[in-house]
Order: sequence, then structure tokens, then C-alpha cells
Amino acid sequence: MSHLSQRPEKPAVGVSMPHESAVQHVTGAALYTDDLVHRTRDVLHAYPVQVMKAHGRITRLHTGPALAVPGVVRVLTGADVPGVNDAGMKHDEPLFPDTVMFHGHAVAWVLGETLEAARLGAAAVEVDLDEQPSLIALGDAIAAGSFHGARPVMLTGDVDAGFADSAHVFSGEFQFSDQEHFYLETHAALALVDENGQMFVQSSTQHPSETQEIVAHVLGLHSHEVTVQCLRMGGGFGGKEMQPHGFAAVAALGARLTGRPVRVRLNRTQDLTMSGKRHGFHAEWRIGFDTEGRIQALEATLTADGGWSLDLSEPVVARALCHIDNTYWIPNARVAGRIAKTNKVSNTAFRGFGGPQGMLVIEDIMGRCAPLLGLDPMELRERNFYRPGQGQTTPYGQPVTHPERISTVWQQVRADGRLAERRREIAAFNAAHPDTKRGLAITGVKFGISFNLTAFNQGGALVLVYKDGSVLINHGGTEMGQGLHTKMLQVAATTLGIPLHKVRLAPTRTDKVPNTSATAASAGADLNGAAVKNACEQIRERLLQVAGGRLGANASDVRIVEGVARALGSETELAWDELVRTAYFQRVQLSASGFYRTEGLHWDAKAFQGSPFKYFSYGAAAAEVEVDGFTGAYRIRRVDIVHDVGDSLSPMIDIGQVEGGFVQGAGWLTLEDMRWDTGDGPGRGRLLTQAASTYKLPSFSEMPQEFHVRLLENATEEGAVYGSKAVGEPPLMLAFSVREALRQAAAAFGPAGVSVELASPATPEAVYWAIEASRRAAASPDGHRGDGPTTGHDGDGSTAGTGSTAEAGSTTGAGPSTGAGPRAEAEALSSSA
Amino acid sequence: MPFRGTFGYLVLPFSLHLFAVPAVARRFAPARSSSVGAYESRELSDIDEDDEPTDRAPERGPVVTAPRITVNGTETPISPAAPHTTVLDFLRERGLTGTKEGCAEGECGACAVLVARPGANEPTDWVAVNACLLPAAALDGQEVVTSEGLATAGAAGSPGTLHPVQEEMAVRGGSQCGYCTPGFVCSMAAEFYRPDRCAHADPAEGTDPAESADPEHGPNGFDLHALSGNLCRCTGYRPIRDAAFAVGAPADEDPLAQRREQSPPVPVATEYVRDGSAFLRRNTLGETLRLLRERPDAVVVAGSTDWGVEVNIRARRADCVIAVDRLDELRELRVGSDSVEIGAALTLTEIERRLDGQVPLLAQLFPQFASRLIRNGATLGGNLGTGSPIGDSPPVLLALEASVVLADADGERTVPLADYFTGYRQSVRRPGELIRAVRVPLPLSPVVAFHKIAKRRFDDISSVAVAFALDVEDGIVRKARIGLGGVAATPIRALSTEEALEGRAWTAETVDAAARVLRAEGTPLNDQRASAAYRSAMLGQSLLKLYAQTTEAVSS
Repeated sequence: MSHLSQRPEKPAVGVSMPHESAVQHVTGAALYTDDLVHRTRDVLHAYPVQVMKAHGRITRLHTGPALAVPGVVRVLTGADVPGVNDAGMKHDEPLFPDTVMFHGHAVAWVLGETLEAARLGAAAVEVDLDEQPSLIALGDAIAAGSFHGARPVMLTGDVDAGFADSAHVFSGEFQFSDQEHFYLETHAALALVDENGQMFVQSSTQHPSETQEIVAHVLGLHSHEVTVQCLRMGGGFGGKEMQPHGFAAVAALGARLTGRPVRVRLNRTQDLTMSGKRHGFHAEWRIGFDTEGRIQALEATLTADGGWSLDLSEPVVARALCHIDNTYWIPNARVAGRIAKTNKVSNTAFRGFGGPQGMLVIEDIMGRCAPLLGLDPMELRERNFYRPGQGQTTPYGQPVTHPERISTVWQQVRADGRLAERRREIAAFNAAHPDTKRGLAITGVKFGISFNLTAFNQGGALVLVYKDGSVLINHGGTEMGQGLHTKMLQVAATTLGIPLHKVRLAPTRTDKVPNTSATAASAGADLNGAAVKNACEQIRERLLQVAGGRLGANASDVRIVEGVARALGSETELAWDELVRTAYFQRVQLSASGFYRTEGLHWDAKAFQGSPFKYFSYGAAAAEVEVDGFTGAYRIRRVDIVHDVGDSLSPMIDIGQVEGGFVQGAGWLTLEDMRWDTGDGPGRGRLLTQAASTYKLPSFSEMPQEFHVRLLENATEEGAVYGSKAVGEPPLMLAFSVREALRQAAAAFGPAGVSVELASPATPEAVYWAIEASRRAAASPDGHRGDGPTTGHDGDGSTAGTGSTAEAGSTTGAGPSTGAGPRAEAEALSSSA
Repeated sequence: MPFRGTFGYLVLPFSLHLFAVPAVARRFAPARSSSVGAYESRELSDIDEDDEPTDRAPERGPVVTAPRITVNGTETPISPAAPHTTVLDFLRERGLTGTKEGCAEGECGACAVLVARPGANEPTDWVAVNACLLPAAALDGQEVVTSEGLATAGAAGSPGTLHPVQEEMAVRGGSQCGYCTPGFVCSMAAEFYRPDRCAHADPAEGTDPAESADPEHGPNGFDLHALSGNLCRCTGYRPIRDAAFAVGAPADEDPLAQRREQSPPVPVATEYVRDGSAFLRRNTLGETLRLLRERPDAVVVAGSTDWGVEVNIRARRADCVIAVDRLDELRELRVGSDSVEIGAALTLTEIERRLDGQVPLLAQLFPQFASRLIRNGATLGGNLGTGSPIGDSPPVLLALEASVVLADADGERTVPLADYFTGYRQSVRRPGELIRAVRVPLPLSPVVAFHKIAKRRFDDISSVAVAFALDVEDGIVRKARIGLGGVAATPIRALSTEEALEGRAWTAETVDAAARVLRAEGTPLNDQRASAAYRSAMLGQSLLKLYAQTTEAVSS
């Protein structure tokens, strides 16, 4: 067992406990960035001047009328920026733009004594625009050849030979929706200048170091002149990895220019219309199977809707490519990725970071092809799993570690969920109910852990032990509800050998731990936990020396367990507080900064080859749904999950991440229906679903009626802190099971052997059109092809789609004559078999 | 929020609550001390003695005092907030930042707080509402409890330092980021204190929803619909459900439980004017109608569930807002021999609980109408007053052949609902007129169904809503009334479909033919909620579904 993964006697890690802030959460005492406004004097409120056109050059920006509004103090424009006018890291994201690049783009900010004054001031600012043509729909951008950033190609094996060896070749298209983070706390920042000219920014950010860096470059300061603190976030999900920087910079610029604290807090409409989402994708694919249904070759092009600037689109696309294999061995593959440039918000990180998009493509392919191969979808998936002992590598060349866990978790779900028995029950139910059908599907997850970019895989911590024996820990990770701080407290207590109540954790600040990576990529606990452990080990080693002296033993024979030091074989005890006091008087350093870098990673982004991931996380989920044949409405009846988090650092936290990730994923795939105005009217480019009333998150009614989640046992991961694994992102993709169950339920309305196409998100309307297509297949003599009027065609295996590339979000979606509805219209499936 | 009412949130069923006995008044001494955990109500006489009357006292009614709200037991003046300031902003500006803004349109519940209202079974109920929608001035003289207040109040009746609801939420992992949590806690606390909750408890039933016949009710009687207006983006809800289903009965010494046994806060006339904008409340319908005649520009609110959205999202400001939700004349519910008359300012929750299934079609509507938080404020008067084509009550009321009773300073008139709507958000209601009541004629047709087509089962807006009320005798459809929402500029009756059904045998053939007619009713649009094709399809499907349900019911 590795040093990193080994747990000492009576560890605090592995103990199930609630979130460290749970009491403050339930009483309302927990503070978030915008709560600080009410504790700060003389705050100015900032309000954006949003231009409600999709694209156009600003010919005149007249701020005078705003200044005439009572209570307006100042209007911030590009002319006020002393440093670099850029809110991003790619120099393509001006904080105050000359050109409006998307509907709702903020071009200036008004500072007011009250929010109402700032709002009225923003409404008074006059902006003249030379309107330009815009690209809104992803399909339109692809057709226009509007791309930006890298265009990676992932290549393995011999694709042509693979197709030549294939008994069945299918091709198709698939376009699926973007997703709004909808963290309950919108973007917020509060900036003030201290007595020494130091800029202090409170920000709801997953990446304080980068917020600091961008505030510094906007203000023309060095990083040591800017401090960023994040108390906690009311949810992040990736939406606060890159997006908070500009808002923090606006607050800081205002504070710098007025000398007063400045608050930026977006209301929900502003947050929805100004901040980036999960990338929607378009996929075009061709796949070859042998006679047994084993994948021989895959060729695909994935196009992400990047929006107006690059933001994190390049690494998102890289991760999508790296996850198109999911749990399946694909010996020959050529997968290309590209980023469409559209006049929409700049899409960004969102839980899974491209991984879900890549995996959705292959799971959709499996769900569509299984009936055409005459195989049960469960069987088709199992046949293609990575196998242990075969030396199989991913298409980007990384050996798959612990591939046996793919089958292990799968078989446990099959057993826990009594799948065989329930499938029989469902068949009987479906036979007896013409208007209601049930579906049960199982899908798996393999997710690579580490930032694709090797340099980001480092973490830092600062641990302080005070004379009275109390311990304060700082680390580079931020708390957004995922329980990172809870785990860090457990790690520190474990390493030091003391009870949890002796350890406190201070909010994340850039003047405690510098140059941190974003709390992202599920890697927060891995990186910061190992750094906290490292810092605590340094202190522990020094204290063991002191204890050895006091106990008359060699330091290497002393153990500190539950706050008491003892030498091996001795009854003599030395309490922690006494040990610390002794160390102080011996002038032993009682603080340490810890550091960790993930070993063994390498990645060649150009060749798209390497081993970018420390390990893989595995999981499997089975979902049962019931669909109403009259309307397409459905309920999730039961979900069984087994998920691999290594040896859990904090089981209640990890179960919460698995359940929450699953429901969030189910939201993306079934309910959350982002719509943009793609028409040519005055509202072109407008986000139509810009409120909680029109963009629906899962609520209690979407929670599975029965929800069984279990963590894989005896799952030690050698390569991570105390044998644990990352948990933040991978469970989101367990929700593929819901989508596939809906597909099977829709299929049950028609004859067997029909390939059912399902739009994503699979709203009741989308499910209804899928049901209608299934029913038509029943009526059609050629029903086994599953062809609705336009959803498929007999063919030559070409990748050509049939219908027009109807855009996700089109308000002029096609009706029933297009078979599977507006979204699925973009799909085509044909077989050369 | 077109499906909600501009009307209705507060409750005063009987004016006798105005006169609290002196002993009770002494026990609930005015909240001048800082003793936390004491939840007092005021008597008018106390106010008059202690407070300076404003110079804007109206000619009639009691002396108007400076508006104030009792927040967590402490009286807090509303001034200097603007009249449009929401309860949410009012609380936060006073440092009570546990109450959060998540959406500012009553969809997420992060702002939920408890308000003391006249109760159904006890004198006072604790009712959860969206603080983001209510103007603070609307709670003049009322009592509010926030998550901060629950902590100190609940701790008095439990062994820990937390309220029992907070304790369950904390120990079961009910919070992750914690931002939605105070709102969940308030919604959960309202259900915790619902007097008839424990009567529905079934301790024999396990907590495992798998074995439960009704997964939306806990073994402790907890109705999960109480949380239908609260969104959580982190947990996936399972631990919140576990917490909800684990709470026991309130302890005897719980001050909020005790508060239920005392009279609810009295309504006070409010005259809150700042910077040329006014929030006004009168004590009687007559005074209100005269005021409305003087101020035809006024916005009339009850629960403010629709107007609050206009203020927050569309930045609308009114010179004058008039509250009508506490008028006794608008809060009566009468079940007579030939009709049921429902006061326009009764909240949907109150109607739901008082009718208790007596009008089955309305009983089908209520759980599908927005969320509990909204139903605690929204009224039928408001839902009809806004005239939205996608409100959920009009299709039902059309199918029930309801009439609207309109009142102005000169008297009343009754208009059939079918004649009430004249265009998009327009009606025959004249300036100065208020909806006093909705009248549903009796007897009711026996075959009824309300089909709401939406993306989400809890708290969504209809893409299409269809209500049926049919008389089927001896296999023949004697009468058919069908109300539709979401297919035209106004809610409409499906007259052609009614004709295609009436006088015909209730058979698959009749229904198939009528469903084809129904598909063609109205002129549905494409929008972000649904395509026109789906909307049309759903019209026909809803009739087919009704037929399948009735024939299944017969055969089983």
C-alpha cells in the first residue's frame, strides 16, 4: 500500500458525518458573498448595461443620461481600465467590449448608491449599434464554418481496416442540449480597498487564484496587491470556474475608482443571460460492429457550441474526446473535435466538463444500435466492456487501470436491483397495459480523474498549530457544497492523530495558499487533501521528535492516536495539548505549508496521446421509468447505483455527491430545456428560458421514488489520499440510465427490433414523439427498420443526415410529421447490415 | 407568472379575531424586549398607546400607525423601505441574511419564511410564503419567522440547539451548499406545525418509500407537496425527504406550537407612502371600493404572487398598490343548495382545505397549481384578475360553468366566466371593479378530469391545460363542458368538441371522432414550453386518456 493511501489507526477519514457547515446552513447563519454587503458600510451597487442584440459594433456609448439619475455615482466603461481590458485568459473576452457579441452582453456598468439607482442609471445609458449578422443555432455555425480554437483529432488503430472487418456499420447524427448551472447563489463579488492600497475581493469563485490574476491584470496591479477570498459558494458546478473573474474585476475597478466598497450581484435573469452554460454538442458518427456486436471501429466528429469566446471550450472538447469510449474498448477510432463560434454566451465548465457529452454520444449509439443488432442493450454494453488482463488502452493511449471494476459495479447493480426478475415483471406489465409502459436500463461510467493539462495537477495547504493545541487549516480548494472542507478537516485530524473538534478551517484566500488550481475536475479532495496531509505530516514529524524526547523513546516508535501520543509498548501518555506546548517551548515550528503534485501524468495535446489521468472512477446505475402513452409524461420509479469512490473519505458526503450528481444529470437529459431565439425577429439570439419559471430544474417530483445508492466496498485507490477517489463529477453520468430506460419504454409501444430515437433533453414532448414513431413502426410493414417518415433511411452507411439540421432550441420546431420531433429530426440512422 | 393570482395571501375568516381577550394580550406582551423566542401579537389598543399615529390616518377605520412587522418576536418598522420593497429585501437589509434570493419570482423557495395566519383547525397557522414576492408593507402588523428565528424558537422545545426540522436537515445531509436550506427549513417547519398533519400520521408505515402506498406522504403525515416550491440543485432531494419524513410532533413547550393556540395577528389598515408611491389597505370592502374609484390607476394585490414577479423581473413600479386579501367580504366560502360561492381572496390552500374534495374537479386542480408556497398566497380572484391564457384555474372553472361576481362602489353584477375574458389578459372587469367571489353552480357533473401538460410534474406552467366535466347517463353523454388553457389568447370552452360529444354514446368511436375535433380547437403556438403540434396532439390525447380512465374504472 502506498504511503499516500495508507490509513493510520482510528482515522477520522471514513467516518460518516454531515457537512461541516450543516448547522450554519440550516439556521441561515452561513455567510455567502452577498450577505457581506449588509455588514459593510457605504457600499455602491453595480448594475450592468446589457445590450439586447446578438451582434453589433458599438458606434456610440453615451453615459451622460445615467449620471443624471439621482443616486448614480459613476459609470464604468472601457476607458476606465488602467490595465488590460480582458476578463479571460485567452485575450478574447474584453471586459468592456467594443462589439456586442451576444444578446445581453454587458458593455458598461453603473455604480449607484442603491441597486434601484444603479438599475435606473443602466436603463438610461444610450448605446448605438451597427448591427451585424449573427450565428445562433449550432447547425448554422457549422454550416457557415464558424469555428475557433483547437481542432484536435484522436486517432487509434486502423479505422479503415476496422470498418472493413465490421459485419454491421451504422451511422447517424445527434444534437443535444446545453445546460444551465443554476447554482442557487448567482454570481457575486464585493471589492474594497484597504488602508494600504491592497485590493480585497470577496468572490463567489471556484478559482480564487485566477480571479486574483484577472483582477490584477485589469487593474494593472501585481498579484501580491490583490487578495481574493471565497467564504463558500451557494453551488458552483463549474459555472464559477472561469465566469466569476470579470464580475470580480468590475467590482474591483469600481472600488479602485471610487474608493468605496463595490458590490456586484447578478440577479437570476442577468446570471442566465450573461454567464456560460454546459456546451451543447452536435455529433456525426459511424460505427462498425462484428457479428457478435463488438465494436470494431468508430469515426466521429464532435462539435461543441463554444459561444462567443473560447473560455474553457478547448479543454472541454479534449475531455469529450477522451470520454467517447466510456466503458467500451474501441480498437480503431478516429474522433475529431471542434468548437463552433456562435453569438451566444461563452460556454464553460459544467460538472463533467465535456466528459458527459462524449459519453452521451456513445451511449446514444449503443441504445440506437442494439435493436438493429438484435441484441438486448444490456447485453450489447456488456460485450464491449474493457476487459482485465488484455492490456487494453483508451483511444488516447492510456492503460485502463482496474478495468474489472466496470463489471464489478455492473454486476452488483444487476444483483441489488434484481434486474433479471424486474425485467420479467416489466414485460408482463407492458403486455397488460396498452397505454402505459415501463422501461428498465442499466448504464455504466468510466471517468478519468485529473486535469487534462498536467500543470494544473498540484495543490497547496497551510496548516497552523497554536500553542493551545488548536489547529487551523487552509488549503487552495473552495467549498461549493461538495463537502471538500469537511473532508479536509477529516484528513487533517487523521494525519495529526487528533479529534476532529481540534481542527478548524479558514475560508479560502489567495494570501494563504498561492497559485492554486481551480476547485474543479473532481480533483479538489485529491489535490488539496494530499497537500493538507503533507503539511500535517511535516508538523507531526516534528512533534514526534518532541514526544520521543518526553516519552524516552525513538520518535519512529511514537504514535499519536485520538489526541494522545504513546510509544510502542508503553503505557505512558502524552496529551496533544501538552505535546504542542512542549514543542513551542522547545522552539519547534508549529506551522507548515503543504504541497502535492500528482505523479505519473503526461499528456501530448497535439498528438492527443498520453496518460492524462491518475486513475478512473467507475459506477453503474439501473433506472426504471414509467411512461404515459397519452402524453409522454413519465416518472422515475426506481434507481439502483453502485459507485466507486475508492475508500470513502466521508461516506455521507460521497453519497450526497452521487445522488445529487445523478439527479442533476437526469435534469440535463430529461427536463432542462434551454431554448434560444433562432428566428430573424428583433429578439434574435435571446435566451428564451431565462428564468426559473421557464427553465425547469428537477424538483421533488423528479426524485426517483426508490433511490438506492451504494459505494463500492474494498475499493482502495493507491494513487490518492487515504485510498479515496474523486466523486464530484462522475455520478452525473449515471443518469444515462434514465434516458435509456425512457428509450426502452417508448420502444415498448411498438414492435421489437426498432431503433428508437430520442431527443435530448427527453422532455415529455420528446418522449411522446418517440412513442409516436414506435407506434408508426408497428403500423408499417417495414417496421423493423424503425423508420418514421424522416427519422431514418435505408442507406449506404453514409454519415449524411436526412432532415434539416433543426437546431436545439428552435422555436419553430417541426411537428409530428417529422417523426421524432424537432430535436431528433437532426438525427439519422441507417444500416448497411 | 401568468398562472398565478394578483390576489390573496392573508387570511381572516372571522372578525372576532380582532378582539383578543386582555389575558391573552398580556401574555403576548408587545415585543419591545429583545427576548428571543417570544412570539407576540399586538392588540390595537397597545399600538395606539405606544405608537405615534401618522398624519395620513384615513377618515374611517382605526388609527393607522407606522407600519411594522414582528420579525422573530421583535417589532421592526418597515420604514425607510420603499413601498415596493419585498419582505426578502426588508429582512436582508436588517441583517437577517439567512433568507436568500434565488430567482425573485417565487419559483425556487430560497426566500421562504413563515407567516402567522388565521388557521383552519387552530386559531393560528404558520404558513410558508415566498418573501421575494410580498411587499413588506403587506405584512404590516403581522408576524414573520425566519430560519434564524426558528433556531431560537425551536431550541426551546428540543434537546439540541436547533429547531427539530433544522436538526433533521443537518444530521441527515439535507444541506450541501446550504443556500436553499433556510427556505427548505421554513417550508418544512410550516408542514411540521400543520395541526392536522399528525392526524394523518401512520406510525405503522415504514419510512421506506418503496413500501409506501403513497410515496408523497411520510409516516409522520408529512405531505411532500409542502416542499414543491423549493428547489435544491445539490442533493437530489433524497436526504431532504428523509428529514421531512423523520420529524415528530412539536413539543408542548415549543413557543411556535403554542402560538397556534392564540389569536392570529389582527389585520391593520395600512397607509404607507414614500416618495410618491403608496401601499394602501382598508378594513372593509366598501372602503376599498371607494378607494379604488378614487385611484383607478392602482394595482390591486392579494398574495402578490403575480405582481411581485412584475416588480422583480420586469421592474414595474406602481404609484399605488391596494391590498384586498384581508377583506372579510372576499373571504367567505358558502356551500349552498344550488351553488358553491368561493371568496375571491381566499388562498388556494384555504379553498383546498375547506372544500376538502367537495368539488372533485377543483380537488384535481389544486395539487397541480404552482407550488404550496404559491398556493399559500395565490387566489382565484387573482388568477382570473390577471386574465392570463395559461392560468390553471380558468379551464377548470369554465368546465364547471362558473360565474364571476364583480363588485364596485355601486353594487354587484354576475358574469358567466365564459363571457368574462375578452382578449389577451383582458376581461369585462371595469376599472374600479373587484372580483368578490366565484360561483360554481350545483349539481356537479360526475365525470371530471383536469389534465395539465407540462415538463415538470410539480410547479410548472401548463403548455396546455384541459378540464372536463361530463354527464354520462346510460352510456350517453348528456352534457359536456370542456375548458382549455394555453391554446388561444384567452382560456376558452371547446364548444365544437362539446357538441361532438353531447347526445352521443360514450364509446371509443364517439371519443375518437371528438378527439379529432378537440385537436383542432384553438390556435396553439410554438414556444419554449411546447410545439404547436404537441399542444394540438395533447388536446386530443387528453380526451382519449379520460375515456381510457373511465372505462378502466368501470371494468375494474
